[in-house]
Amino acid sequence: MEKSLSWREFIITRLIQGAGYSAIVFVGLIFFFLLREGLPALGDVDITSLLSVRWYPIEDYFGILPLITGSLIITLGAALIAVPFGIGAAVYISEIAPRWMREILKPLVELLGGLPSVVLGFLGILVLSPYIRVFLNLPTGLTAFTGSLLLGGIAVPTIVSVAEDALDSVPRAYREGAWALGATKWQTIWRVTLPAAKSGVLTAVMLGIGRAIGETMTVMMVTGNAPVLATKLGSIFSPVRTMTATIAAEMGEVANGSAHYHVLFFIGMMLFLISLAVNIIASSVVFRAKKRAERILS
Amino acid sequence: MMTKFLSRNRHAVQRLGFVAITLMAIVTVLPIVGTILFIIYKGGSAISWEFLSGFPHDGMRAGGIFPAIVGTLYLTLGTAVFSVPLGIAAAIYLAEYAKDNQWTRLIRLAIINLAGIPSVVYGLFGLGLFVLFLKFGTSILAASLTLSIMTLPVIISASEEALRTVPQAFRTVSISLGATRWQTIRKIILKEALPGILTGVILGLERAAGETAPILFTGAAFFLPRLPNSPFDATMALPYHLFVISTQVPEMPIQIQYGTALVLLAFVLTMNVIATVIRSRARARRQW
Repeated sequence: MEKSLSWREFIITRLIQGAGYSAIVFVGLIFFFLLREGLPALGDVDITSLLSVRWYPIEDYFGILPLITGSLIITLGAALIAVPFGIGAAVYISEIAPRWMREILKPLVELLGGLPSVVLGFLGILVLSPYIRVFLNLPTGLTAFTGSLLLGGIAVPTIVSVAEDALDSVPRAYREGAWALGATKWQTIWRVTLPAAKSGVLTAVMLGIGRAIGETMTVMMVTGNAPVLATKLGSIFSPVRTMTATIAAEMGEVANGSAHYHVLFFIGMMLFLISLAVNIIASSVVFRAKKRAERILS
Repeated sequence: MMTKFLSRNRHAVQRLGFVAITLMAIVTVLPIVGTILFIIYKGGSAISWEFLSGFPHDGMRAGGIFPAIVGTLYLTLGTAVFSVPLGIAAAIYLAEYAKDNQWTRLIRLAIINLAGIPSVVYGLFGLGLFVLFLKFGTSILAASLTLSIMTLPVIISASEEALRTVPQAFRTVSISLGATRWQTIRKIILKEALPGILTGVILGLERAAGETAPILFTGAAFFLPRLPNSPFDATMALPYHLFVISTQVPEMPIQIQYGTALVLLAFVLTMNVIATVIRSRARARRQW
């Protein structure tokens, strides 16, 4: 009895430990398979044509530059929308809203995070883009700007929830100290609470932007998918095509093992590395801040 | 002089600032409510028994969306089969066993990274590993496995948080009564943390149910005249179906598009509401 119990305990402990380490295994596997299918692209296509401005795979033009600028311009637009609104909403929920309001707003923002991106893309095509075409007097409503607007909406819940957490974890004594010195609530928010939560808010912004770069279905549906190099800011009102949308739109139709197939995996590898960088930087910012907080408290 | 000016007006500044921030919060939230009401309004009239239980015909321009609904159910259940046990076990490891060392920090970093990987990259990975390398083909199995790895970080983080809110005293008492560590976890800790774990599981599966990009090349079918028979068959799915009929099928009746969007939204919202209710009930009932 004793013995079988300790054996079971041993096996279960090992299984749980294995599950704990699985996350590392999966990240490794994902990277391995992206490298395995993506790196041959460098053999199939030379570097100079990979870095050219023409993406036309049917005639073997694999210039990924327009896709990169497409992703960048849309993400930049999304960040310009999502960062102020996300932080504003987080400040409102954490610092200003009465309790009952907070109980309504938090689940709603979470709900926005759960809305399938394909539904947002669908509404983007049917509702948003016709308005944009008419209001801005454009030949088509399917533009980078349309994508940015919707992506902003997708990045907002991430920013709000992470930033709100950060504001919430600022010790109440900081605020009370500021109030006792005669600061208004508004001054306290700007000069005490937000600066104290700075690193968490920064993490929120980075994670939100990471979310926007990686978003696929919405941008594929509403940005018009024209692989044109975005050279000036005005490009935001014309159709573009992103890295994610290119993979999603073309992977279904390529022959396994062809140059086109390898290049699409190569783009996926780049996206993986971008998200890796964003997340490592974002979490190291948190680590540093935590250490500093510990030093302050001890 | 300047400070005096500022101090006299600082309450006016505050009032103005509060109004601005409140407006921003409203502008952030209003579109969510608007979107949901709009789709209910537009799609409501498409919903009928035939629509929910019939197969599409006439090149999907008529008939129902039954196979897509069933497909999404299959994919969600398939995802749960893999990701729930693995995710909860990983959370138990992090909350109950792991020491605070380099390896644990690496695991946490890996989880954060899994959460940030773009969904279409998961699709590529699923294609490379499950569809081609392991030769599962484009199938429910390959798509479910891909979706499970994607939902893993959500389930792990939520479950770990739930496990950590169980007070340390519960563990001390159970161990001192002679229970082993695993007995303590299984009979005491998991029971107490269940509502939190359940919330995390449902939110994770909600995400899986609404995703399109990871199943694009791992298991989604454009159209199937019958339901899938085995985990090795491809399947139709609601999000992919909505994508197909709103971009790939010309002269698609708008009614069916809104109806499909409504069914998908209802599927996802129901899960979200269940998760929210479980969480707030557990919070209200908690006695420690």
